[in-house]
Amino acid sequence: MVRVAPLTPRIVSVFLKAPVGAPIAGQHLVVRLTAPDGYAAQRSYSIASSPAADAIELVIEKFEDGEVSPFFHEVVQPGDAIEVRGPLGGHFVWRAEDGGPLLLVAGGSGVAPLMAMVRAWRDAASPTPLLLLLSARGWDDLAFRDELIALQARAPLFSFIAATTREPARRSGDLGHRFDSTALQAALRHWGYAPQHAYVCGANRFVEAMATGLLEAGVAASRIRTERYGGAG
Amino acid sequence: MATRGFTGRRPTAAFATRLPPGQFETDDFPVLSKGPTPRVDLATWRFTLSHGPKPLASWNWEEFEALPRTVWQGDIHCVTTWSKFDTTWEGVSIDDLLAAAGVAAPSGYALALSHDDYDTNVPAADLLDGRAMVATRFNGEPLAAEHGGPARLLVPHLYFWKSAKWLKGLKFTARDEAGFWELRGYHMRGDPWKQQRYSDDP
Repeated sequence: MVRVAPLTPRIVSVFLKAPVGAPIAGQHLVVRLTAPDGYAAQRSYSIASSPAADAIELVIEKFEDGEVSPFFHEVVQPGDAIEVRGPLGGHFVWRAEDGGPLLLVAGGSGVAPLMAMVRAWRDAASPTPLLLLLSARGWDDLAFRDELIALQARAPLFSFIAATTREPARRSGDLGHRFDSTALQAALRHWGYAPQHAYVCGANRFVEAMATGLLEAGVAASRIRTERYGGAG
Repeated sequence: MATRGFTGRRPTAAFATRLPPGQFETDDFPVLSKGPTPRVDLATWRFTLSHGPKPLASWNWEEFEALPRTVWQGDIHCVTTWSKFDTTWEGVSIDDLLAAAGVAAPSGYALALSHDDYDTNVPAADLLDGRAMVATRFNGEPLAAEHGGPARLLVPHLYFWKSAKWLKGLKFTARDEAGFWELRGYHMRGDPWKQQRYSDDP
């Protein structure tokens, strides 16, 4: 059973109640759509909800030429049954007992698995400092923006810097351009912690640039986990 | 069970026979890896063939480039459901590596070992008889770092996570020892035509 809600102009949240095990933050579900003649297409979507949440929230960005993502933006109706498999993934995951300091770096819809980590951190009342760097085109493209700002206002250990690549910054401390190596190092210096775990998720070019920037900032490769989204939807 | 309202986009008839079940064709060459792209220096690069802890043979870059070359053309399939058609790879076949080392495959299984501490297990039968190589060139060019350069394993008839990037060695093992993804829920063999994606697939 499914429910869909807009998250940004290009991204929807898809809420599912599925008889699957509790996810670990960072894991994904495989979604399988089947046509009347038996033809099936499947894609992996990251889970953004907290491991403790009632419903699983998937984050699905629309690819205009995609085969599966337009279905979730245009066709699916509340209550439709969707076949899923998972939760899957055993590397790009964070549990409260993994601790930190925890650095999360997201581009666009790549925030999904990192949002699950932010929520898992919140729900566990984790004592570890957490810095989230989130990049998107514009202010309205920052998925989960209001929830993140609200969390920042009440959780002193949570730091959140947004970068809007095609619009000026709206808040003090945000960036009106992409996170380049200089901005990344400045953010880490200002945060004041050395990340024990760093997770980077987004399109490949973004992940490559951010992972390289983290290496240049002195973060060991063994502490950096990446998840790279292909362009297929 | 059909999904209400889903019709899907089928491959053209010409492609349908080349596309394993659950895959779609892409012109892109997506990049997936567990961490940052390692920068591997050719001046210190070495490839080592071993049997358990015992090295059988080892080559530096210059020596490796002087080994007999093999070209393979065909389609590759990633477990994340993309397939890429008509790729061209050049490198040294595992058969030629073993011949250069003067040995036959010493056991029934192997672990491919990478510079970023990644590893993946492959049955020896999937590496022999021209079925696999250590590839150093893609579509006529030196293999780019983000695609595993300077050298990666190429086992094109299995899902592409078996084709370990940034390869530094091949270790033959007595038993089928699970590698990085195989320890994290992925299939021990990974045949795309049988959809051997996850550990509970037959």
